[in-house]
Amino acid sequence: MKTLVWVEHDNASVKDATLAVVTAASKLGEVHLLVAGSGCAAVADEAARIEGVGKVHLADDVVYANALAENVAPLVVELMGHHDAFLAPATTTGKNIAPRVAALLDVMQISDILSVEGEKTFTRPIYAGNAIATVESTDAKLVITVRGTAFAKAATSGGAGTVEAVAGKGDSGLSSFVGSELAKSERPELTSAKIIVSGGRALKDAETFKAVIFPLADKLGAGIGASRAAVDAGYVPNDYQVGQTGKIVAPQVYLAVGISGAIQHLAGMKDSKVIIAINKDEDAPIFQVADIGLVGDLFTLVPELTGKL
Amino acid sequence: MKALVCVKRVIDYNVKPRVKADGTGVDLANVKMSMNPFDEIAVEEAIRLKEKGVVTEIVAVSVGPQKAQETLRTALAMGADRAILVMTDDEMEPLAVAKIVKAIADEEAPGIIITGKQAIDDDNNQVGQMIAALLGRPQGTFANEITVEGDAIVVKREVDGGLETVKLAAPAIVTTDLRLNEPRYASLPNIMKAKNKPMAQKTPADYGVDTTPRLKTLKVVEPPVRVAGIKVPDVDALVAKLKEMGIPA
Ligand SMILES: Cc1cc2nc3c(=O)[nH]c(=O)nc-3n(C[C@H](O)[C@H](O)[C@H](O)COP(=O)(O)OP(=O)(O)OC[C@H]3O[C@@H](n4cnc5c(N)ncnc54)[C@H](O)[C@@H]3O)c2cc1C
Ligand SMILES: Nc1ncnc2c1ncn2[C@@H]1O[C@H](COP(=O)(O)O)[C@@H](O)[C@H]1O
Repeated sequence: MKTLVWVEHDNASVKDATLAVVTAASKLGEVHLLVAGSGCAAVADEAARIEGVGKVHLADDVVYANALAENVAPLVVELMGHHDAFLAPATTTGKNIAPRVAALLDVMQISDILSVEGEKTFTRPIYAGNAIATVESTDAKLVITVRGTAFAKAATSGGAGTVEAVAGKGDSGLSSFVGSELAKSERPELTSAKIIVSGGRALKDAETFKAVIFPLADKLGAGIGASRAAVDAGYVPNDYQVGQTGKIVAPQVYLAVGISGAIQHLAGMKDSKVIIAINKDEDAPIFQVADIGLVGDLFTLVPELTGKL
Repeated sequence: MKALVCVKRVIDYNVKPRVKADGTGVDLANVKMSMNPFDEIAVEEAIRLKEKGVVTEIVAVSVGPQKAQETLRTALAMGADRAILVMTDDEMEPLAVAKIVKAIADEEAPGIIITGKQAIDDDNNQVGQMIAALLGRPQGTFANEITVEGDAIVVKREVDGGLETVKLAAPAIVTTDLRLNEPRYASLPNIMKAKNKPMAQKTPADYGVDTTPRLKTLKVVEPPVRVAGIKVPDVDALVAKLKEMGIPA
């Protein structure tokens, strides 16, 4: 089988999310990549060095600068003329593009796969991860999004792919990019952090969240996450949300502070290696999944912990 | 412009789903069902656009069993003007739903189609993007804010790195994220009034859509269970545990 993997990048370098997708694709067959962007030749060169990669299709054109689905989908559809499977990471970019491609190809997408069980058979989580379905596709071609935490990352060196330029398909004229407000942070990205400290509704407001959670995260070199309640209340931006409808994380250590453990939150973090919970309610559901629990008031416990580390 | 809003009847988000012992799926017998939470946000947004004078009429669509009527009644009670139930007892995959909504859009010619970003049962996150593809129209997924400026629909989107804004040519498809709005509750008088609002009954065949599933579900199992660990008495004990793990490095 010939696969086509969507390379996630910022026109400068390959994003980590791509690497797990390469691993998933290599279980299906030959791995080809698609780098669509603007001024992104360096990304293609970097992508070609990923272990196990064959051809890298490079579509370098201003219309792909911001990965607008309306422009990208026709390009993918054309390349799918000679590939059997399209795989993208289950990131907001992948989730935006892949279903558009699937519908144009008249195939049913398989979302958020956890494993490859056979040529056309995969497992995927449903009901916020409270059930795992094994599904088999009957479509001629496959369109798949891949859960990053479920596959090992392919090595970023050792590959000897060849870069081949492909012509752009032009501007759809349907949509345009206006701008973005992207958080710049020195902290580890949530989906690749080894340690995550997450705060919930109990943190009261943005200042308190910052005063309590940030110093602990700094001590641990950790990424920072949050529950939906904390995001909705404006303590932290939307991209901090961990859960069924936010980010899926699986760090070495996940420290949940003042988070009750609703199923929607657990869906995003229960594959973490070690879960630590600090909560004043000893019956909070989070303790049912926590390896280490500490019952008490976070406003005294967390500063004490930060001080003693 | 007219707004088309897609609503799905799903397990209530407060219910913990149970996998059936025979491994064929999740047990939905006697389980509380509700409107998919993202679809409540979609209905609310359409109503707000109508209150702003941008939207003239709101048509709610659901594909599903007879009981999906209740979900549509909820949409009508919130403020939708009329409803279309596309009745089927079969499992509906996103591609089939999208084809049906496409056919309805061809008849209704809405200026905006609003769907949830994801149904919380199958967690597919596909239908909105597929409708957009089938109609050859633009998509604004994971919307945090929607502004209509003449023929342009400007959507601020929740993306992994923060927020991003795109400008779409109407008609366009928008899928909702959690921060778009806070859905209202239907008032009692409005629930009564909704009973008299029109609800058309159709079938997938009326739209000529083949709904044969493309994916075969071979089995459904419980995920590996995590067992609760230990409770430590104080911070010192937690620090000791962390040290055992080599933390901080
Ligand atoms: C469609 C949908 C999607 C959703 N998606 C997500 C998602 O992706 N991610 C997500 O997280 N949620 C999601 N939710 C929301 C989820 O259902 C819960 O509402 C949310 O996770 C609760 O956040 P919380 O634990 O911070 O708040 P709460 O449930 O209010 O818990 C606060 C906790 O803090 C504890 N506490 C309070 N004060 C202190 C103190 N001084 N010291 C120590 N502990 C204290 C309390 O005991 C309590 O356990 C979703 C909901 C819906 C309907
Ligand atoms: N059977 C259905 N009937 C009506 N709308 C649906 C149906 N299935 C999905 N949708 C819409 O599509 C959105 C995304 O669903 P999904 O792609 O299945 O996760 C939902 O939030 C609904 O707005």
